[in-house]
This record gives sequence, C-alpha cells and structure tokens, in this order.
Amino acid sequence: MMMIPLNITKTIHDWLYSVMPENAASITEMLLIAIAYLALFAVAGLYLVLLERKVAAWFQLRLGPNRVGPFGLFQTMADALKLLSKELTSTDKTDKFLYNLAPFFVITTSLIALSVFPFSKQFQAFDINIGVFFLIAVSSIGVIGILIGGWSSNNKYAMIGAMRSGVQTISYELSVGLSIITMVLLTGTLQLSEIIEIQRTGGWLIWQGHIPAIIAFMIFMIAGTAETNRAPFDLVEAESELGAGFHTEYSGMKFAYFFLAEFINMFIIASIAVVLFFGGWLSPFGITEGITWFPEVLWFLIKVLIIIFLMMWFRWTFPRLRIDQLLTLEWKYLLPINLVNLVVMAIIIWLNLTF
Amino acid sequence: MRPISYRDCERNITLEPGTQNMKPETINNNFKTEEYFVNMGPQHPAAHGVLRLILTIDGEIIKNVEPDLGYIHRSIEKMCERDSYQQIVHLTDRMDYLSSHINNEAVCLTVEKALEIEVSERVKVIRTIISELTRIASHCLWWGVMGMDVGALTTYFYGFRDREMINDIFEETCGARLTMNYNIPGGLMFDIHPNFVKRTKDFITHFKTKLPEYDRLLTGNVIFQKRTKGVGVLTKEDAISFGTSGPVARGSGFANDVRKRHHYSAYDRVDFKEALFTEGDSFARYQVRIMEMWEAMKIIEQLIDTIPEGDIKTPTNAVIKLPKGEYYQRVETARGELGVYINSTGTKNPYRLKFRSPGFSNLSVLDHITKGAKIGDLVATMASFDFVIPDIDR
Amino acid sequence: MSYFSDIYNGIKTLLTGMSVTGKYFIHARKGSLTQQYPDNRETLKMFDRFRGEVVMPHDENNEHRCTGCQKCEIACPNGTIEIIWDRGIDEETGKKKKKIDKHIYHLGMCTMCGLCIEACPTDAIVWAQNYENSVYDRTKLSKVLNQPGSKVKAGIED
Repeated sequence: MMMIPLNITKTIHDWLYSVMPENAASITEMLLIAIAYLALFAVAGLYLVLLERKVAAWFQLRLGPNRVGPFGLFQTMADALKLLSKELTSTDKTDKFLYNLAPFFVITTSLIALSVFPFSKQFQAFDINIGVFFLIAVSSIGVIGILIGGWSSNNKYAMIGAMRSGVQTISYELSVGLSIITMVLLTGTLQLSEIIEIQRTGGWLIWQGHIPAIIAFMIFMIAGTAETNRAPFDLVEAESELGAGFHTEYSGMKFAYFFLAEFINMFIIASIAVVLFFGGWLSPFGITEGITWFPEVLWFLIKVLIIIFLMMWFRWTFPRLRIDQLLTLEWKYLLPINLVNLVVMAIIIWLNLTF
Repeated sequence: MRPISYRDCERNITLEPGTQNMKPETINNNFKTEEYFVNMGPQHPAAHGVLRLILTIDGEIIKNVEPDLGYIHRSIEKMCERDSYQQIVHLTDRMDYLSSHINNEAVCLTVEKALEIEVSERVKVIRTIISELTRIASHCLWWGVMGMDVGALTTYFYGFRDREMINDIFEETCGARLTMNYNIPGGLMFDIHPNFVKRTKDFITHFKTKLPEYDRLLTGNVIFQKRTKGVGVLTKEDAISFGTSGPVARGSGFANDVRKRHHYSAYDRVDFKEALFTEGDSFARYQVRIMEMWEAMKIIEQLIDTIPEGDIKTPTNAVIKLPKGEYYQRVETARGELGVYINSTGTKNPYRLKFRSPGFSNLSVLDHITKGAKIGDLVATMASFDFVIPDIDR
Repeated sequence: MSYFSDIYNGIKTLLTGMSVTGKYFIHARKGSLTQQYPDNRETLKMFDRFRGEVVMPHDENNEHRCTGCQKCEIACPNGTIEIIWDRGIDEETGKKKKKIDKHIYHLGMCTMCGLCIEACPTDAIVWAQNYENSVYDRTKLSKVLNQPGSKVKAGIED
C-alpha cells in the first residue's frame, strides 16, 4: 500500500501504524502531511510577503509595516483576513469556469512543487527518484493558470499580460532546465536527497563544479527570477504599462491565491538553488555535523532566505525590461552561454577536474 | 485603411467595412490578427494624472495614439477674465503645479511689463533662486517617476527625499509647499525667511552628493539605457515644427532655452550652460534634465551669497488696471516655454488671457514618435516627456 | 568580441546600481525618512509662515483689530470671506462707524493664497499653523472668526 516513502517523523509513523489498520493509517498520515504542508505554505507565503514589504521599505528609506502586532508581524495575517472577507467580483462577460479555475491551477502547482524538497534529513514528504525532473515538469504547469486567468478575464490588459507570461515562461523554462541539467551532470542523480548526500562528502556543488557551476548558478538566478515573473522581468504585471496585468480582474481570495503563489514560487526557486548549489540542509563546512539535536532545517531556511533576499534586491533596484529585450536576453545570451556551459561541465567531469 | 479613432469604437463601427456581412467560410485566414483598442487612462498608473490615450494596438505594437484631453479642464483662462490681476496669480499655481513659482512669475512679469514697473534687484534675484529650486524639485519628482515608469520603484523615494528638502525651504519662506503664490505683481508678498540662505546652501551641498547617486542607480544601468536609448526619437525638424520646447526640444538639439535667449529676472547676470543633446531619444531628454539640475545648482550658487538689498515690492495701485493693449511674456518652466498673453481693454480684468503651456505642444508630438513602438516604449517615452496633465488641460 | 564586453559592462552597471540600494539597506535604521504622523503630533512643528487657516486673533479683553473695511473680502478670489457688518455709533466721537457683526470664513473654499492677509490694513487676520482641518460635516468648515461679544480695539482705523 505505502508507495510513497513518507519519512517526516518516524515516531508518528510508527505510532499511527500501531493503533490503526494499515490503510487507515496510511490515509491519516497523508492527511496529516497535507495539513502540515498547507500550513507551511500559508505561513511561508504570508511571511514572505511581509519580508518583501519590509525589505522594500528598507531599500526605500521607509519603515515598512509596523502597526499590526510587534514590528508589524501580523500585518499580512490581517491582510489575508481582509482578502478572505472581500467580495469575489468579476466582470460581465468572463468565461466563468476558466476564470474560477485559474487561481487554483497556479496555487496547486506551486504546492505540489513544494512537496519534493528535503527541508532536512527527515523532513521530506515525497522523496521521488526523479525529483529534479518532477520539479521542472510541475513548475511549468503554473503558467497555464496565468494564461487562462488572463484569457478568461475578458480584459485587454489581462490578456496582454497573460500572453507576455506565456512567451516569457516558455522561453525561460529552457534556461532553468539547462542550468539544472548542468548540475545534474555533476551529481549523476535526479533524486534530491541523494544530491544532498553527494554534497556531504565532496563539498557544495557550487564548489565542486567551480567555474561552470558558478555560471550555471548565475543563469539559474536570472532565469528563475524571470520564471517567477518578478522584476526586472515582471512584464506580466508591469504596473506602469498594464495596470495589474493578468490578475487585473481578480478580487478577494482569488487574487490572494495569485499573489501567494508568486511568493511561493520565489521560495521554490530559491529552494532549488539551495539544493542544487548550496548543499541543501547541510551546514557550511560541517560545523553542526556532530550536533545531533541541531535542527538542520534552519540551515536550509537561512540559505533560502539569503537567495530570496538577493531576488528582492534585484526587484527593488532594476528597471523592467521590454518584451523584445527579454527574449533577446534569453535566446541570444542565456541559451548559448548555457549550452556552452553544459559542454564545459561535461568536459570538466570527463577530465576529472572537479573538486 | 484609415487610422481608427476612438469614435469608431464608440459607434461600434467595424474596422474593415464589409466584414460584418461576410459568411465565416469566406474569411479564409482563420489566424487573421486584428488591431484593437486599449484605453490607457484616464485612470492608469502611467497616465500621471488623468490623461487618456486611446491606443490602437497590434499585439504589442502601437499603431496609433490619440490623446483625449479634458478630464481635468477647469477653464483657468476663463476664470482669469473674471479675476483681478493679483488674483490671477494664484490660479496659475494650479496649472503646472510642479513649477508653480515659475508660473506665478510669468504672470507677474507680464503685468509688470504692461505697467512698466521695474522691480528691485533683490526681487529679481530671489525670484531666480526660487525658480531654479522649483526646477530642481520638479526634476527630482520627474526622475523618481521616470524610474518608476520603467520599473525601478526605488528611485521614486530617493527623488522625493531630495524634493522634500526643497519643499521645506518653500514652506519656511512662503508658507506653502506646492501652491506657493509667493509672487505678486510688483514684487514678492514678503521677504525671504532668515533661514532661507542657510537652508538653500545645505540643500546644495546635500544634493551634490545625491545627484551622482542618481547616475549610478539609474542612468548607468544597462537595462535603463536599453529601455530609453533609441526610443521615441524626435528629430530636430519635428521638434521645431511641432512647437516643442523645454527639455523635449533640447534633447533633439533645438536650442530654445528662454532663460538664455530672452533674459528675464536675474538670468542675464548668471553663467550657465544650456543643456543640449542631439540624439532626440528618451535618453537624451533624460540627460537634459539631469544636466539642468546641475546647471540650476550652479545658478543658485552664483546668486545665493549676493542677494542684494532692496525693496521687496514696488508699490502698485490696489486695483491694477493695465493700459489698453496686448502683452506677452515667456518664461522657461521645468517643462518648457510658458507664454502668457494678456489682452487688456484698460479695465481691472483682462479681456482675454491665454497661456501657451509647454505640455500641450509637447503632447502633440507623442503620436508621431511612438508609432510602431511597443507599449513599454510608449510608457518610457511618456515618462521622458514629463507631462503634468493640468498644464496640458488647464 | 563586443558580445562578451557587453555582458561584462552590463553586469558591472547592474552591480553599481545594487551597491546604491544596498548602501541604503544597511543604513536603513537611521536613514528612514518616514514620519509616523499621528504619533509625532507633540514634536511636529509647523513653520511660522505655514498657511493652515485664517484666524482673527483676539486679546484678553476680547477685542480684535478688524474694522470691517471688507478689503479682504474684495481681495479673495474665491468668495471665501463674507463680512456681515453694521453701522454703530461710536461712544467717543458720537459719529456713525462701520463695525463687523460676523466675519465668516469658509475654509472649504479657501485656496490658501494669502491675498486677504496681504490686503488687510490693520493686521486683523493672520495665518494659523493649524494643519488638522478635516471635519466630518462640511458645514463645520464655515467659521465665524470674530468671537461673540467681541469688539474692535480702540484706535484701530483703516
């Protein structure tokens, strides 16, 4: 029955199987995990929004939210409550079915992608042996939600935004994939937990693969920022051009789904970067290797937050690209460099020049 | 095919006559693309107020731009015919609110010209200093908004930080931050505040360190340069024939700085360079404004230490009556050449008063230079034009 | 070769931009310009010349300086000031003299141009530095500037 290796906590697992029949225990366990991940999703999303607002404020000589709760910690909770209680409006001639479906598409895909990450040694819901491949596959479904959301809104701005999103995501998917494949060449496995195990002995992959790995990381960061539709690649919701882009006509919780999904996607991109380049939950130089009680998830979160901060720094500094420049960047710069980089990585592995 | 106007849209006229009666199978190309309308404005983040642009778009490519004005028309020119000459001044604050002092000055200069009053040197110098401070404040705001329009949101706050210092100077001296109404025909309402000189000097030292930062943050940025270089190119011939003025014209190599060519106030005694670039694209207009900020600081520095003593107002009659005739005076606002035309019949109100506002002429060129560009280009071009909609509509 | 130099220069300019914002991020604590308005009411001080609203100062004897000459009413471009006046008999000279009954000031119509204060020959009206002028009812914006029972200070002539 148990096809999925669930190893979040061994004790709960054993206890459930001791008090229940096998099938019931399995289902209960899955439900528990789903609830845990939904809670994680909500908390991560809300606090990333808060972090974004605070970081933006500090870049911009402001204070940021500081009214609701100590240091404004409950600000986004209050915002979420407000969005929950708002009326769900829509325009007259929307395609009702697609219009209501779109936010769920976006949010479900980001939730699915979240499930494969090894947050620590024990904390991983879904240790699939094609983990990286699964991530690439799932993260490209999200754009369909944006496309149908923009299309069904019956709004010209939303449609321009959705079309831009389609163009952008399809292009940058290539670079994300290729830079990930460059790293997979080095690891020789697609399973995320194994990728981290490899880094335990040989050092982080960005160290192991040195020059091509650093190039791959830079390309991954650029393409990943573009994948999440964040500035300087936020053409999808370019507010000075399109108002709000594809979610112009959404209100209340449906809008919040799009909004949260954007931040969760940022979390996902940062997590991929951490797992593939910076050793996942491994401590730097193994400083907490011997301490058994140390929560390794902390290292994972610290690394993810540093990368997220980098993405926020990009967003609050750079102007937006134009749509043709966006495609020029991808097809004339990132893709050729990426392909060459892949070959370089292969040669380096062949000549055993890795560290 | 003729260009489509928004009235077609309102009357529900199909773009190509005849297609509505065609059977579906006779339209052989199923993938035929159509042009469509987008209303950019009156409520739009890039419209900077209530400018409505009716865009005809083919995908991302702009085919036609039709500005539709009148959303903030308050008939200031007509109201001026009702008011006395002292009262007119405060209405001009509300035209181009970012260079309100310069607008006030324009009216006062016209009235003074008609009455043949010579204001004291002190008044001239103070007017010039405050005009240049206004220009810097206006350009600070423009710089922030320009950055924001091309997507760099942080510039807005940096621009406003520096503008705030100028606004404080104004508030201390004139009592208001934006609609100052500091000028009256014949001089100034009251003398400058004792702190004025010190505060202005403080600002200059502060701003000299911040302006290079503007360059490092935005001017040099490769994305910004790609967004603005070669975008919205206005040739010198077009700049002249469309009647553009100010930084828009000077970005195209059309040297028409009123301060340099038709001296008024104290501009004849200061040494400054006319910012002139020949590329004619959005980046050239951007550079003109950045350079104007440097030049404005240079002008202030030359005058601030040597404000001469003198009367703050030349006495006029309580009821000003201009002699019969026509009077015209132009000044250089932050946006370009503002002309004030007064036709007087000898009464206490003008018979006709006309403002030649810089924004209106500059807007007329927008359609010409953004045809074939993309939506992002239109936004960048509009930002580089620095529209203030009440100035266009009045 | 310009392909690679383009990339190099591009990245260099981007990093320069990031250094500017990064500098402000590090100094975020003391560099913040935000004024937390309702909290700083005590310390918030307007400049002396700040144009908040027009007021008519009264001294301790409940006497103001307004003679009712109506110059402010004429000077006002918006009809903000309305003066209701009467002729009373001056006790000292026994002559008939103009005196104000009500000096009405419609704050809702005022554009803060300051022409009335310029026009006033006796400095009866001045600017107040009051900046919290919002009310729930529009009629409250129309104020009578002279206090009830007040009279002109002796010796004030236009």
